[in-house]
Amino acid sequence: MQSSPILYPKGPVAETERDLLFLATAIMLFTLLPVYLITFWSCWRYRANGKGAYRPDWHKSIFVELFIWAGPLVIIVVIGVLVVIYTYRLDPYKPLVSDEKTFRVQAVAQNWKWLFIYPDQQVAVVNELAFPSGRPVNIEITSDTVMTSFIIPALGGQIYAMAGMTTHLNLEAFEPGRCTGRNTQFSGRGFPHMVFEVQLLSENDFARWLDNVKKANKRLDSMSYQKLLRPATKYPVEYYSWVEPELFSRIIAKYTGASGALPLQKTGSLE
Amino acid sequence: MLGRLTIDALPFYSWVAMGGALVTVLIVLLTALVVTWAGKWRYLWEEWLTSVDHKRIGVMYIMLALVMLVRGFIDAIMMRAQQAIALNNEGYLPPEHFEQIFTSHGTIMVFFMAMPFLTGLINIVVPQQLGARDVAFPFMNSVSLWLTAAGAGLVGISLVLGKFSTAGWTGYPPYSGIGFSPGVGVDYWIWALLVSGVGSTMTGINFITTILRCRAPGMKLMQMPLFVWTTLCTSILMAFAFPALTVVAALLGLDRTVGMHFFTNELGGNMMNFANLIWIWGHPEVYILILPAFGVFSEVTAVFSRKRLFGYRSLVYATMAIGLLSFTVWLHHFFTMGSSPNVNAIFGIATMIIAVPTGVKIFDWLFTMVRGRIAFHPAMLFTIGFIITFVIGGITGVLLAIPPVDYQMHNTTFLVAHFHNMLIPGALFGYFAGTQFWFPKVFGFRLNEFWGKMVFSCWLIGFYLAFMPLYALGLLGMTRRLEQYTHPDWQPFLLVAFAGACVVLVGVFSVFMQFYVSIKNRNEHRDLTGDPWNGRTLEWATSSPAAPYNFAVIPEVNSVDAFWEMKKKGEAYDFPDQYEPIIMPANTAAGVLIGLCGFLVGFAFVWYLWWLAILAMVSAMAVVIVRSCNDHGEEIITPEAIMAIESKRKAQLISVEGLSARGAPA
Repeated sequence: MQSSPILYPKGPVAETERDLLFLATAIMLFTLLPVYLITFWSCWRYRANGKGAYRPDWHKSIFVELFIWAGPLVIIVVIGVLVVIYTYRLDPYKPLVSDEKTFRVQAVAQNWKWLFIYPDQQVAVVNELAFPSGRPVNIEITSDTVMTSFIIPALGGQIYAMAGMTTHLNLEAFEPGRCTGRNTQFSGRGFPHMVFEVQLLSENDFARWLDNVKKANKRLDSMSYQKLLRPATKYPVEYYSWVEPELFSRIIAKYTGASGALPLQKTGSLE
Repeated sequence: MLGRLTIDALPFYSWVAMGGALVTVLIVLLTALVVTWAGKWRYLWEEWLTSVDHKRIGVMYIMLALVMLVRGFIDAIMMRAQQAIALNNEGYLPPEHFEQIFTSHGTIMVFFMAMPFLTGLINIVVPQQLGARDVAFPFMNSVSLWLTAAGAGLVGISLVLGKFSTAGWTGYPPYSGIGFSPGVGVDYWIWALLVSGVGSTMTGINFITTILRCRAPGMKLMQMPLFVWTTLCTSILMAFAFPALTVVAALLGLDRTVGMHFFTNELGGNMMNFANLIWIWGHPEVYILILPAFGVFSEVTAVFSRKRLFGYRSLVYATMAIGLLSFTVWLHHFFTMGSSPNVNAIFGIATMIIAVPTGVKIFDWLFTMVRGRIAFHPAMLFTIGFIITFVIGGITGVLLAIPPVDYQMHNTTFLVAHFHNMLIPGALFGYFAGTQFWFPKVFGFRLNEFWGKMVFSCWLIGFYLAFMPLYALGLLGMTRRLEQYTHPDWQPFLLVAFAGACVVLVGVFSVFMQFYVSIKNRNEHRDLTGDPWNGRTLEWATSSPAAPYNFAVIPEVNSVDAFWEMKKKGEAYDFPDQYEPIIMPANTAAGVLIGLCGFLVGFAFVWYLWWLAILAMVSAMAVVIVRSCNDHGEEIITPEAIMAIESKRKAQLISVEGLSARGAPA
């Protein structure tokens, strides 16, 4: 279980989510134990030649009824309070509180790869997401194909990506390292390979990484974007040293009828 | 003339699929040959296929369910085998075939295994528990059966002609739209759901009416057996939820077939509308599947603990509360669509509130066992196995109902493990328990208990082996529907899960072995009294198997556990000196013909055979009109015929010694 991104998180959001999971599980054990105890005790004591007294008409007891309605209710009220507190605290749209400046990334799901656009750095990368650790990250997510779902389990949360719509995730990494992210919503043949590596870098390493990307000498404009959109499985990591401004909103505009839309592609078979 | 039906429809793309097609065709041919060889076509047609007797319809439903259980299970073990070996390689299944398999597994198990199974049990038991002679609408009952079978037939034929959907059993667009899934697969899925869904809606209406209108004189609502209560609740859910499924499948069909844009990416289509609609049906559907099993557990616990059910009123209120709440929680299936924390928190809490009445029910069953005399019959073993396993599923369900936890777990194998944890112990164990419990009522002899215990042990152990690793894999970050993967630390868990599937295989084998052994030794297991377990409710007051009219004289009821009361008073086996004639509905071929038309309509729309679609729809209407004009839909059973049947039963009862000593112990 050491390799579990959920049990060994790398960021504050995933860590809170894990702690909540543990806390709720612990509370729920209070239902498991009485059920198991009563089951095994009654199976033993009231078996055909057991020692228990036989009372064939015993069918109600105010005390027992109170216990069986109140017991589960109390547990659900306690967990319900947790739900309210943590659903607001861990709202994926809520910006994380931090002294550092928020880092912005835009993610576009395609068949079967992820395109990451760095609007502030004006670069784009396929199937690799890098950002500085210790800084809140805001990811804007959309899809240029079927519905997918974006997750980096070690950092927390997941959210659907849908064409013509934008969803948001706010994440943060504690320290440098690496982890993986993926699409979890089945999207066709290349679905198992719709995985990307996440590089959590120190500010210096990130600057170096950015230099590397800039050296790629490839431009992502409307033309090359259409080429990139062709379905492909196991697409390699690819760097674009320049990305057309507003590309992300022009992709969304394809489906919303807003101005400046990229041309709609004929939908291809994913079978 | 043939629409899109060409030679390419045959499954040449994969030898596994081709093998499946050949086996299917062979089994159908072999069955036909055996029936011909035995010269039983006429018997089959006159006594069974055209029957409107609720008991026979119930048996046919369950036979359909068992056939589909095998098919669905083969899909399951194929998936487990693929995932057990597909570490850094492609395994033995081509991707498109794997995708069809996980879709057909879900579709079959929900629509064509679980639904017919529970409908079959309800059909057999409920009229007898009510002290009624039949359901409210016997002909409609036959139509429901044959429409369900037609849907199952569409899934079956997709194995041979064309492909099945690859979009999963919930078929989320836009993937399931014509742009991304241009083949016939999704159309097969849509039409199987549409055709069988109409049958389910009618079943719901039929049993609401039966329960409210056909109870024995004196039986108040609060005196109905618990299985009748859960059936009432399930029927209400069916009648209200299935129209949503019909609508959403029809809309998707319109998207695909005539180019509308309800759920597409373009032209204002919105896939979240589909997600909402399908889960407005889909969440109540979970309770449609589970509640009848809860009813079975209630009956079984009381009878095999030899004790009155604890907290009858609590159980009734809890059942109805579950039914009501089940409509208020559908959004928990997409906490991750990006809705506001208000929405997510409300639906999260609504979801976990269901745990309260469910918990109450569990404790009521447990306190029924307390101070009883528990006999560990296979039906009771299933009940106990259900309780200790279902609690785990309940806990993981509450965990998933916490939105921030769901953000991590959604679409992982943790989710897959959770819902199998609800549906295998919560629904299937109940259906198995019901089969063990009511089999003698239908066929006149008990099932072999050794093989019953084998069925139970294999399914229980197999379940734990197959699904506990999936919980762990979910925490390891494994997504569902993966046809191959690259994480070596997942493989050991997947191997254990595959071993679990193999244990379940023995369980499936045992189901059929139990039938075989019991039929072979049926003379040793005869049930002469009609009451093999010292039962409490009215279905045990009739002979085993029950006469076509169930009750020669309709009983009067004035308490919970009506039959128990009759035994206590010594009135259980009284025979009157003469009988009134009984009017029963006559058999009709109309149900089979409408089912056949339903199948052809679906098949025609899948392959764009417009002439056939029109022909089949017109024929269906013609059958309905002809049947409605038929004034001779009934037959009268004369007092002499009744007397003959009842005298035989009387003689049989006298041959059983010690009958008077039974019933309520002092």
